[in-house]
Amino acid sequence: MATDTQFPLWEVFIQAKSGANYIHAGSVHAADSKMALQNARDTYTRRGEGTSIWVVPSAAIVASNPDDNDMFFDPANDKVYRHPTFYVMPEGAKAI
Amino acid sequence: MKEQQALYKYALRLGDNALIQSYRLSEWCSNGPILEEDLALTNFALDMTGRAQMLLTYAGKVDGNGKTDDDLAYRRKERDFYNHLIMELPNGDFAFTMARLLFTSAYEFYFFNELKNSADETLSAIAAKTVKEVKYHMAHATDWVLRLGDGTAESHSRIQDAVNELWMYTSELFETNEADAVLRDKNIAVDLLPVKEAWHKYVSQVLNEATLSIPAEGYMHTGSSKGIHTEYLGHILSEMQYLQRAYPEATW
Repeated sequence: MATDTQFPLWEVFIQAKSGANYIHAGSVHAADSKMALQNARDTYTRRGEGTSIWVVPSAAIVASNPDDNDMFFDPANDKVYRHPTFYVMPEGAKAI
Repeated sequence: MKEQQALYKYALRLGDNALIQSYRLSEWCSNGPILEEDLALTNFALDMTGRAQMLLTYAGKVDGNGKTDDDLAYRRKERDFYNHLIMELPNGDFAFTMARLLFTSAYEFYFFNELKNSADETLSAIAAKTVKEVKYHMAHATDWVLRLGDGTAESHSRIQDAVNELWMYTSELFETNEADAVLRDKNIAVDLLPVKEAWHKYVSQVLNEATLSIPAEGYMHTGSSKGIHTEYLGHILSEMQYLQRAYPEATW
């Protein structure tokens, strides 16, 4: 990103309705947090997608390294017993 | 002037303000300084097109000659447009567009806040919807004027030039005409005096905070309430109305 002459990058998270998870919608450029919120509003909520927005400086996000994938994620692949698939779901618990 | 005619002109003027301002903002499409700003400005333009549509539809209804919003937008002559002159001025640079948006959106915010109390139910409903939109336009323009004024030497001088140039188009916003007088009696039209006071207070505060100087009172342009415009409106209409003029009744 060294050649990026634009404003700093911010990641945008939108909550579709009260109580729901914030979901990553994309990113915007902005000079400060206030502009980031406005740009996020203008870019991602024009069609009534959200009721609340979070913006986070992209630089503040710590991401896992793809080189570590074998160490990070592969061990989970053969542990089926970690999935709650051996239980019978009670009726009416559709959201689980 | 009869009430019906006054109401027609009143709705027409509000509709024209939205339509012409929308046209200017939409000219920023693909020309914005950054993609996000491009979206913001065209978003505002869409808000205004929606407002123009409601107001021109209502004007056509009040007129009672079966004219639609499209008829009024695309088949009316320049002299029959009543938008304030400030709306039709070319965009200039980004600072000019933001200074104008500050002036017009602050005006609209206070104006439509008052119009919410109009005795005319349609105007009052349109006002209630519009206030929410222009409140955001005003916040956006305010932030940019602050940033540019308090920014670099170049951004400061550009926004100050814009404010100086636009100032002479601001007093027209608060002029009243015969239609206003007729509709004021019926509690339909807005009393512009408190709007003017609130506007001055807000704009002065923003300009001060942006380290910009407020221009001295001087010559003020006027004429739009009689349909007398700057040279720019004709050019807007010749482009905007071209299709309907060249191919009347054309549809998608």
